[in-house]
Formats: sequence, structure tokens, C-alpha cells
Amino acid sequence: MSLTREEVARVGMLARLRLSPGDLDMFTGQLNQIVDFVATLGELDVTGVEPLAHGVDVRNVFRDDVVGPSLPREAALANAPKKNFEGFLVPAVLD
Amino acid sequence: MDPTRSTASGLLGLLGSKAIGAEEVARAYLDRARKFDRLNVFVHIDPENVLAQAREVDRKRAANEPLGPLAGVPVAIKDLLCVNGEPTTCGSRMLRGFKPPYDATAIAKLKAADAILFGKTNMDEFAMGSSTENSVYGPTLNPWDETRIPGGSSGGSAAAVAADLAPLSLGSDTGGSIRQPASLCGVVGLKPTYGRVSRYGLIAFASSLDQIGPFAHNVADAALLLQVVSGRDANDSTSVDLPVPNYLETLEKPFDRPLRIGVVREFLGEGLDPEVEASIRAAINVFKEQGALIEEVGLPRSKYGVPAYYIVAPAECSSNLARYDGTIYGHRAADFSPVSPEEAEIPPLIRMMMASRAEGFGAEVKRRIMLGTFALSAGYADQYYNQALRVRRLIRDDFDQAFQKVDVVLGPTSPTPAFKLGERVADPLAMYLSDIFTITANLAGIPGISVPCGLTRSGLPIGLQLLAPAFAEETLLRAARLYERASDWGDRRPELL
Repeated sequence: MSLTREEVARVGMLARLRLSPGDLDMFTGQLNQIVDFVATLGELDVTGVEPLAHGVDVRNVFRDDVVGPSLPREAALANAPKKNFEGFLVPAVLD
Repeated sequence: MDPTRSTASGLLGLLGSKAIGAEEVARAYLDRARKFDRLNVFVHIDPENVLAQAREVDRKRAANEPLGPLAGVPVAIKDLLCVNGEPTTCGSRMLRGFKPPYDATAIAKLKAADAILFGKTNMDEFAMGSSTENSVYGPTLNPWDETRIPGGSSGGSAAAVAADLAPLSLGSDTGGSIRQPASLCGVVGLKPTYGRVSRYGLIAFASSLDQIGPFAHNVADAALLLQVVSGRDANDSTSVDLPVPNYLETLEKPFDRPLRIGVVREFLGEGLDPEVEASIRAAINVFKEQGALIEEVGLPRSKYGVPAYYIVAPAECSSNLARYDGTIYGHRAADFSPVSPEEAEIPPLIRMMMASRAEGFGAEVKRRIMLGTFALSAGYADQYYNQALRVRRLIRDDFDQAFQKVDVVLGPTSPTPAFKLGERVADPLAMYLSDIFTITANLAGIPGISVPCGLTRSGLPIGLQLLAPAFAEETLLRAARLYERASDWGDRRPELL
């Protein structure tokens, strides 16, 4: 299959990655190469084969819903790129 | 005597008999780390902190307080395990300056074992790569030949042990990231069964594949470190509630019946470096001489391991790395004003995220995020992602069948010895194929180990890979030890000046 430059730009948008025209050229070429390679998976007949999401069977694990200690606000905010005394600061979401 | 030329068990003997103190050991390793700074193994190291930990062990010992099983032994840590208050950056600009507010479970267990946390090691960005070249800090050099890569993504942790900058280290293995660098650096590296070691505090790449494991000079030291970090953890619901055997206790035990080893037909085929093949054939003979029963086994679907992995791992990565958006922690672009009329249509918050991610991530991480986003996108998910998960089951079925006949399977860890710096940077597919023999174990969830089994004529290490059924680490370690006892490749160290 062949991914067009426009499709790669759309994937970049979905992935929240700003891509320069140079990035788009490079990734379009490389992604096509990789997608052609992984397409060999289509050679295998998988009729009736259940998808396997984990190598080792893990079932849902439950615990009691009890309140435990949580991070103090100061620690939670310590790595924030932009903050005030009580929260994370981001560009306005609504005009 | 120079403590840095020892092993972890050797050091524990010296420390236990008070022939040497933990502070003296730590100083010797710090001196050596400084001396071989050019290898670019450590990305963060805090000598004062290292010495303070060592003095605390010495104090406990002097006061006859109980000591943990790694008391005074330096352990280097791959820079993706969270250490409370210490830089943890995943080799990425995205996490420059990030200091986690908590310890990973593996780190908490090391602290409880009185190990000395000895610096954070270099790695491919977010553990994506096979050469440690995808690091914002630049590549780590292979201690055996400084013009070559150490393997990856845990290249810093492998090189740390190989160059005697630490007797033990922790890495993580998502598609071979412990075993391949162990092979290329001539040390022992073990990927445990998925679920054996808690992933809490391991910065996630592909959550159904990632597993933490040890690097060491020998099998016994790897067993010791595995012992310390293994076990069920309430903070990782995929960690498995099975008792952790005493790996060291059974390590030297002879097998009740001859060990059955399956030589993987598909792993000794075309594309394999002739010197690697010769070393693996010689290792098979060593096993025969030790009384093991050798037979050939097939893993017919293993050739689909790399393509299945490059759907599953990027899919999980695209989801895991969505958290790096410049809001809560990590890099935020200073300027995210629109660069085109199209961008002016995008809300500022989204533009901030897009610009931050573009600046914070390197090319390989972006490539995998894009690939995963594509494979999960509407219209393609069934063709790619679900197909890959079905192939994943077939790959595990192959192992299940092989393990009905044999106890462990055997093959090379890497198809070639360490390649040159820069050789595969421009060709992602060639880089991906470096993991052709290791990747299937992650897809199947089973444990694997790489042990040194030779040197090329030009002096580059070669690794032997053994794989065992899920939770058969005891068998895996005993099989590796059976080989190690009858060979001396693990005793070789690079000559560093």
C-alpha cells in the first residue's frame, strides 16, 4: 500500500505532532517502507485465531475501593512546565 | 586490590568479611566512572548521594543492624526507572529536568536490599532503538570497540557492567533491549517472564511487552538481582501472584534428568553472521558434553515476529506517549504561535501540545508514534492491529509446542556482533531487524537470557540466547549456568585504557 503525504499529515494531526515539510517528506518515505514490511503479516491465515493482547494470561484484578494517601499538591505540581499555587496553567481552551 | 574488577557476589564476600567498606567500593567505582566518562554510560550521577548511601551501609554494618542481600553493591539504573527526587529522563528532551515524586517498585526493592543506586544509564529515547544512538545525550560507546554501538535500548546499562563501572545494572526489555546489548557487550542479561517484575514506576513504552531485568558479569549475579526485584506488587495489576523461587539456591543443582535443549532451526538460517553461527554451534557442543539432549525445533511463525512487533509496540507506544503533551510535566514549547494558515485554525491548546511534542521527541519516537497512530486509526485497525494480535497468538503457539518437547530453546541473541556507530541510523528497517531473534519472546511473554559465548576474530563479544516457558526462570538460569560452568567466555573483560 502507499501512504500519501496528505495521509501522513493527517496521522501527524491525530498524533498531535507538528510536522515540518521536511518531516513529512522523510516520514512518508519511511512509513511506507515500514508499512510494506509489516504487511507481510497478511500472508498468514488467521481464520479462527483469537487475538492475543498479553503473552501471559492476566485476569482482572480487583481491590477494595478504599481511600489511600495521594500526592501532596506541591509534589504533583513540582514538574509542571507552567503553574500557579494551586494548578497547572495552559492556554485558554475557550475563547 | 581493585574492587571494580570484581563481581557482585565477590564484592558481597569482601564487604561481608569487612575486608573492604561500602564507601571504599563506591569511591573506586566513582573514580572509574570519571576515568571512562568518554564511554557516555551515565547520564546522571550524583557522587555525594552515592557516597551517602554507602556510608549508611557501613554504619549499619558497624552497628550490627540487619543488612539486605545487596548491601553495599552499586547497581546502575536505566534512566527510565523512577527514582524519587532524582532526574529520570528516558534519554529524551521531553523529560529533561523531570524528577519523579515516587520510587519505582524495583527501585524501592533495591533500596530495601541496601543496594547503592549508582547513577542513571544512557538509553535509546523512551527505550526505542537497538543501538543507544537515539538518545538526546548522544550514543554510548561499546567498551570492546569504541567505534561501535553497545546495542540498545539498554546500552548504557550493558556497557556499565562490561566496563566495570558497576557490577550490576537494571535495564528493560520490550523487544530485546536487555538481551541484545548484553550480547553485544559480553555480559549476562536476563528478560524475566512478563509479570515477574513489577512495572510500577517503569516509564511505559509498550505495556504488554515491557519487562525490567538484570545485567551482570555472571549467571549467579543475575539470579541475585532478579531475586531482589521480582514479585507481586499491588501497584502493577499485571504483576503475577506467584511465589518467587530462591534462584541462587537451585542454581548449582544438577538436573534430575538430562536437560532437553531445542535448537531453533529458524534462528540458524540465512543472514546469520558466520562467526556468530560458529560460536553458537560450539556452545551446542558444550551443552552436549555436559550431558544435555539436543534436538532441533521449529518456530515456523517466528519470521513474523518483527512485523507483528512493529504493529503492537508502536500501537501501545502511541497511546502511552500521548501523556507527554506539555501540560502536567515534561517539555512545553515556549513558542507555539501558528506557522501556517492551517495552523491558525487549530486551537492554541492543541497547537501548544503539537509544538511541545515536536520539540520534545526525537525522530524514532515520532516515527513509532505515527506508525502506531496509523495502525490504530479508523479503517486500518483490523487490517493491522488485530491481524498482528492474531499472529502474536500463533507465535506463542509455536513456543508452546516447542516446550512440549524441550525444556529450553537455544539460538543466537543477535544476528551480528556490534555494528559501527551511525551504520543503521538512516535505515529504520535495518535497525529493527537487529532484534529478529529476541522479539518473539516479548510477544509470547516468556523469559530469556543472553550469556557470553565467544569473541569474533576482531574481539567483539557474541551472545548465546536461551528461552524458557513462562515463569521457568529457575530452569533458564540453571541451563545458562550449566553452560557457563563449562566455558570461560564470561570471564573476559575489555581492555580499557
